[in-house]
Order: sequence, then C-alpha cells, then structure tokens
Amino acid sequence: MIGNLDLNQLQVIWWVIVSLVGGLFIAMTFVQGGQTLLATVARTETEKSLIINSLGRKWELTFTTLVLFGGAFFAAFPLFYATSFGGAYWVWILILFTFIVQAVSYEYRKKPDNLLGAKTYEVFLFINGSVGLLLIGAAVGTFFTGSNFHLNDYHYVTWTNPLRGLEAAFSLFNLSLGFFLVFLARVLGALYLTNNIVHADLEQRLRKASLLNLIYSLPFLLYVLIDLVMMSGFSVNPATGIVAMEKGKYLHNLLAMPVQGLGFLLVGLVLVILGVVTNAFTEKRGGIWFGGVGTVLVVLAIFFTAGLNNTPFYPSKFDLQSSLTIHNASSSHYTLTAMSYVALAVPFVLAYIAYVWRAMDLRKMSKEDLDGENAGKLY
Amino acid sequence: MVEHLNLSMVHWARAQFALTAMYHWLFVPLTLGLTFLCAFFETLYVKTNNEEWKRIAKFWITLFGINFAIGVATGIILEFEFGTNWSNYSWMVGDIFGAPLAAEGIFAFFIEATFFAVMFFGWDRVSKKFHLFSTWMVALGANLSALWILVANGWMQHPVGMAFNPNSARFEMKDFWAILLSPAAIDRFTHATSSGFLLSSLFIITVSSWFLLRKRNQEMAKKSIIVACIFGLLASGFVAFTGDESAYSVAHYQPMKLAAMEGLYHGEKGVGLVAFGILNDQKEPDNDKDPFLFEVKIPGLLSVLANRSPGSFVPGIDDLLYGNPSENLVGYNQRIADGKLAITDLAAYKKAQKNGDKTAAQAALASFNQHRDNLGYGYLTSVEQAVPPVPLVFYSFRTMVILGTLFPILFLLFLIYTYKDTIAEKKWLLRLGFLAVFFGYFASEAGWIVTEVGRQPWAIQDMLPVSVAHSNLTTGTVQTTFFMFLILFTTLLIAEIRIMLKQIKIGPEGE
Repeated sequence: MIGNLDLNQLQVIWWVIVSLVGGLFIAMTFVQGGQTLLATVARTETEKSLIINSLGRKWELTFTTLVLFGGAFFAAFPLFYATSFGGAYWVWILILFTFIVQAVSYEYRKKPDNLLGAKTYEVFLFINGSVGLLLIGAAVGTFFTGSNFHLNDYHYVTWTNPLRGLEAAFSLFNLSLGFFLVFLARVLGALYLTNNIVHADLEQRLRKASLLNLIYSLPFLLYVLIDLVMMSGFSVNPATGIVAMEKGKYLHNLLAMPVQGLGFLLVGLVLVILGVVTNAFTEKRGGIWFGGVGTVLVVLAIFFTAGLNNTPFYPSKFDLQSSLTIHNASSSHYTLTAMSYVALAVPFVLAYIAYVWRAMDLRKMSKEDLDGENAGKLY
Repeated sequence: MVEHLNLSMVHWARAQFALTAMYHWLFVPLTLGLTFLCAFFETLYVKTNNEEWKRIAKFWITLFGINFAIGVATGIILEFEFGTNWSNYSWMVGDIFGAPLAAEGIFAFFIEATFFAVMFFGWDRVSKKFHLFSTWMVALGANLSALWILVANGWMQHPVGMAFNPNSARFEMKDFWAILLSPAAIDRFTHATSSGFLLSSLFIITVSSWFLLRKRNQEMAKKSIIVACIFGLLASGFVAFTGDESAYSVAHYQPMKLAAMEGLYHGEKGVGLVAFGILNDQKEPDNDKDPFLFEVKIPGLLSVLANRSPGSFVPGIDDLLYGNPSENLVGYNQRIADGKLAITDLAAYKKAQKNGDKTAAQAALASFNQHRDNLGYGYLTSVEQAVPPVPLVFYSFRTMVILGTLFPILFLLFLIYTYKDTIAEKKWLLRLGFLAVFFGYFASEAGWIVTEVGRQPWAIQDMLPVSVAHSNLTTGTVQTTFFMFLILFTTLLIAEIRIMLKQIKIGPEGE
C-alpha cells in the first residue's frame, strides 16, 4: 500500500509523523517541567530525591524522542535540517547545550567525587527545563513569524541576521510560545509526579502546583492564540509555488481543518485543563493522561497549521521565495517510501515502552524506595 | 554550489567533529561491550542462583551507567552537528544519510532508553527473568544503534545505492538495501563493534588487575577476568578478521587511503607490507625522494591484503594522482578537469531552466551526464589536495595493528594464570593488565583516525569534498563552539573519571 502513494501524499504523511513525534516530545517534557519544579516544590532532601528518582526513570525517553524528532526531520525534510541548523546556529547550539548537561546530571548528582557538586547538577537540570524549553518554543515560533535567510539555486543557506537564530527570542510571539512551553511542562511535571509518587505533603503541593502553573501559562497562551489568528501569515500558491503574505492565514488554516486544526487545538486545551482540574480538586491521580494526550493534540494542531493547507512551515521573511514547504524541503519519493516502511515499527516501539513503563510503575515511588536494598544505586 | 570557499572555517569544523567524535568514542566502546559482559554475568547469576554473580553484575552495571550517561551527552551533539556545521552536506546527501539516523532512533535508541531504566532500577520491581531480558535488550539496543550509524559511515566511505539529481542538485537514494548491505557498511559495523567488545574486556582486565594488586575483591576479580578473557579472545579474532575484510574493501573503494596507510607512492606488483617504518618528511608526491628513512617490509603481503593475490598490482599515491596507463588508471588531474566541466554544465543547466530555455537545458544536461561521475573532483583545486595526511594515517594504522596483535596474547596470559590460580602472584602481568585499557583506547582512536583522516579530502568518497560540505559560518563562530565543547566535555570527562574511580574504590556491595 505504501508503495502506491504519490509524493504529495508521502510528504503530508511525513509532516504528520514529524508533528506526532514533536507532540510526543512536548508531552514528555513533564521531565523538564519536573526539573524546574524541583526548585519550588521540594522542601526536604527526601522530597528532592523522590522527584529526581521518579523523573530519572523517564528522562531518557524524552531525550530519545527529541533525538528521533531530529532524525525524522533529517530523513524526511533534509532541507529544513540544513537550513535551520546551519542557519539559526546559536539557538540550536544553546538548546543542545542544555540537553548535554541534562544527560549527565541524573547519574552524577549524588555520586561521590562528582567534581561540580550536587547543586551544580541541579542547576543544569533547571537550565534544561527553563532555557532549553524556552528556546525550543522560540524556535518553533519562527514557523509562524519567519526567519532571515536566503537560499541560492543550490539550496545553500545564507543567514542574514548576525544573531544566527537568537533573534527568534526577540519576538513577543516566539517568546510567549517559549514561556507557554515552560509552564506547560511544569503543569505536566506536576501531573506526572502526583501520579508517580506517594508522599502526602509533596502530593498536596504538586496538586496545587499543577493549577498554579496552568494559571501562569494562560497569559502566554492567550497572547499566542490571539496573535496567531490575527497575524499575517505566509502562504504558498500551489499552482505556481510563489509565496506571499496573507492576512489571517493561520486563522484560515485552523478553520480549513475543522477537525485536525481547530478541533484538535480546542479539544487538546480542554483535555489539559480537565487534567489539571481533576488533579487540583479531586483525589484522582490520572490527570497526566489527560494532560499528555491533550498536549499531543495541541502540538499536532500547531504543526498542521504551520505546514499544511499550502503553508510554508519554515518561512523566510528576508526572501519569501526561499521559504521551505513540505514539498520543496522533502526527501525523494523513494526515501519517503522506504522511511514509511521503517515507521511501521513505531506502534511496536510504543507498545513495548508502554509495557515496560507499566511494569516499572506498578508500585508507586515512595520513601521506602529511598532506603531499600538498592538505595545505594539511586540517583 | 558554495560561493565562498572558507578553508579555515572548514578546518575548524573538522577539528570540532574530530573533537566531539573522539570524545564520544571514549564512551561508546564500553557501552557496546560492557553491556554484553553485564548480561553474561547476570545470566550466570540467573542460571546458578549464586549471589556472587549478582554482586559482580551489579558492580559492572554501576560502572556501565556512569559511562553511559556521558556517552549520551556526547552523542546528541554529533547528530545535530551534521546540520549545524555541515549543512551543505545535510542537503546534498540528506536524502540518503537521514534515513539511517531516523532508523537508529526508532529501532535502537528506544530499546536502550526503555530497558536501561529496568536494568538500573528494576531489581525489586520486575521478575528476575524480565530483568535479565532487559539487560540483554540494552546490549542489543546499544549494538543496533551502532549498526545504523556505521551503515551511514560505511556509505560515506563507499557511496552506493544513489544517483545525482540535477534538478534538485543533490544525491538521492535509489536502493535502501544496497546501502544497508554494502560491504563497506558491514565491515565498519563488524569491525567497530567487535573492537568495542575487545576494549570492554580490557577495561575489566584493568579494573580487576587493580583489585588483585590491592588484594581486594579477589574472587570477583578472578571471576570477571575469566569471562572478560574469553569474550576478549573471541572479539580479538573477530577484530582481526573484520580488519582484514576492511583492508580489502579499502583497497577497492578507497585506494588513496590504502596508499596513505602504507606510505606507498609508486605502485608495484607484489608489493610488501611495511611492518615498521619511519617516514621521510621530505617526500612529496611526484618528487624522487625515498618515502622512508627506515623500513621493515614483509614481502608481497600488501598485494595479498589488498587483492588476495600475491603478485597483484597495488597503486601508489603517484599512480592515483597522475594516472598509470599500463594499469588503466585515470589520474586525478584528468578527473579534476572533467569535474570542472560537470560543474559548468550544471550551472548552465540551472540557468537555462530558470530562463525557460528547454533546448539549452537539454544540451547542458547531456554534457553534464558525460562528466557527472567526476562532479566531486571538480571542487578540488589541485591534485595534491586529494592526498590525505600520510604520516598521521601511516602511524595510526601501525599503532592500531601492533596493539591489536598484542591484546589476544594478554588475554591468553590472564586466562592461563587465572585458571591455574596463580594470577595474584604475577605482579608484572597485573601491572601490565592495569594499563591494558589505556592501550585499548590508543588502538581504538587510532583506528578511527585511519578511517576518517584517511578519507580526506572527501566528506563522501569521490563525491563531496569537505570544502563544499560545510555551513555558511564564520571561522570565529566555529572556533567559539569548538572551545565551548572542549571545555564542557573535558569538565564532564574529569567528573566521569573521578566518579568512576570512586565507585571502583568503593567496590561491589557488601564487600
């Protein structure tokens, strides 16, 4: 069946896959959110250990999802990989830095002779959860606000802003999206930790934190949504391939895709809110599932708005015609087909992750885990 | 394609890749091999129910975890560095190169990430058998990830299964299986992973030797040594076999690399292999100086290694650069001239297409197709540019091979004396064993230098020189990130070594 798909269909399918991986990554940033909650929610060394060890069993999955997101973009839309990473250089380098320091922090924080001291590794985790996500949000924001680059006939990129990507953080829209992601991650972190840890005091604070952080995120969310539907967007003429500005483009996109655009966005947001409300006002622990699924839906809606319905997903405001669409930035028909067969493995991957996750979380994390037989090996 | 050649930027980008890759490779071999060793120890525990094996498994798993974290940290940058520093590469071959990277994520990284948590924290959360299964899955996942990235590397050594598309001005995939099953890819995978097994066995020898010298944990040390020596011996044999296969494929697909490995300037029939030698630094291509100040050759062996035939011809650097009509070798000088025509034709084709001039476009395309095979050569500015740094490649190759030959002897000695139970008295051997892993690292990193420096000036053999593969960045930018990585990775390495040493000193639980 995959062999019969034409190039256009494959390009759309791969945009959906990349969006889905992006959505799963953002849902999994409950790890990053938990890392920043460490500073505000944990009051004792025991509480800190509970949070770190609960997140410590999951951080690699989030990390791997980010790596897969990069890999999938490279395989499916290599021109984006070349243009954005080679062009918006500093923003990506800084994002990577925050993930490099995260990768050692869980393992090294508590180990004796760790050179930098536990505090430094906690700061690393905080930077990853704050600066890292803020910059990712700013980078995704440029899908709508555009970047400053020019591609020559051979697709060689010239970036025309000397800040090399960091300029993304000077747009109110991009910045708001970044802050929204930081607070959303904290909401998800609080939901996840409520579900994963048994500890009365901590639980109470986590339930409160999920609500508070949702409230903090609202101004940023509202700014992003209002600006998104009001702003002029980039639009590509499917017949000529010429890119032009269109008033209310992204509103048009949301409406043109009533299910997967506006529908996913609204249902997603409602699910996240529902997750938080159950978490804050009832004794139930399952809020993370609503929050997680809701987040995936919201990210899908945002990516679909950015890249489908004749929209260049990586627009250049310096030279409109250099903008990247899912059609001009994609891999060849052969590669997309081959990769689609590879992607058939994804459900199996999700299945074994779910199985192992369930087996490991059957018993909630509690104080007993911290002084049990394997206490010496904990994070 | 690239309007301004910025060679100093290219050098810094290469230096950065070398830095990050060599740091990463400090941790990868242990991830590849130590997981299997941990899985062996744990299997012995589950089979025998002997708690001692569990203690041993847990001890090595702890060391594995410390190494694994920094391996992950140094690994992520490599994936994204293709985009940040080598963006033209990413575009030119992304259609082919991106696929294995994505497959690596789907097929390998998730296995590692998922089962890693069970391996470390699942002892009292899942059944004994499921824990063992998880440890094996981590080993499998680690080695599967090596498969995909080394398939990508093998493709850079010997690009197959693709064609240049003049409309998109890039290379596009035509045959996924040809890329996956290419001999160069299989050689890279088998040689690199088995060298990782070997290095991990040396790591266990080093740590166990230290325990025996200190008269601590002697039972654990001896048990570990036996398992590591058997694994190390098997790995050594496999490393030698796959090394021979690699040399054979280098001889066919990268003759310039082979010539540099051997310091061979004038090709001959029945040429010998230089066992030891000191290169003459006055030697340049096409001058008549002797390449060696001193050399010891094994007659006829290079011909055997390269072509599996003792009297066969092996081309030298001069034959490749300037051609050798009697061996039907077209020189690089001719290929460069041909490549320049391809570049001009491609530009003419692009221009005609833009102007809507179909006749001119077709003419340009027809001419381009005649020269397209040498397109990459057109970006070289002189034939001498096509010669990799001979001394670095030559000496690295010898470091790798000589050390690689000594390791099985070391494993054998350790095995014999441990079996006789006299190992604790052999202080000289234990002192040597204590140094083993450091020699292992020399050999392993030297191997990568041969592979990567030997391919210069090509990012992708015969197709894309490094000078056109880079991003449009200033030298200062790449220098800045080079030093950022240098400082960060060095700090993390020091932290890692200190933590590792402390954990070794602490030893297994309940000592």
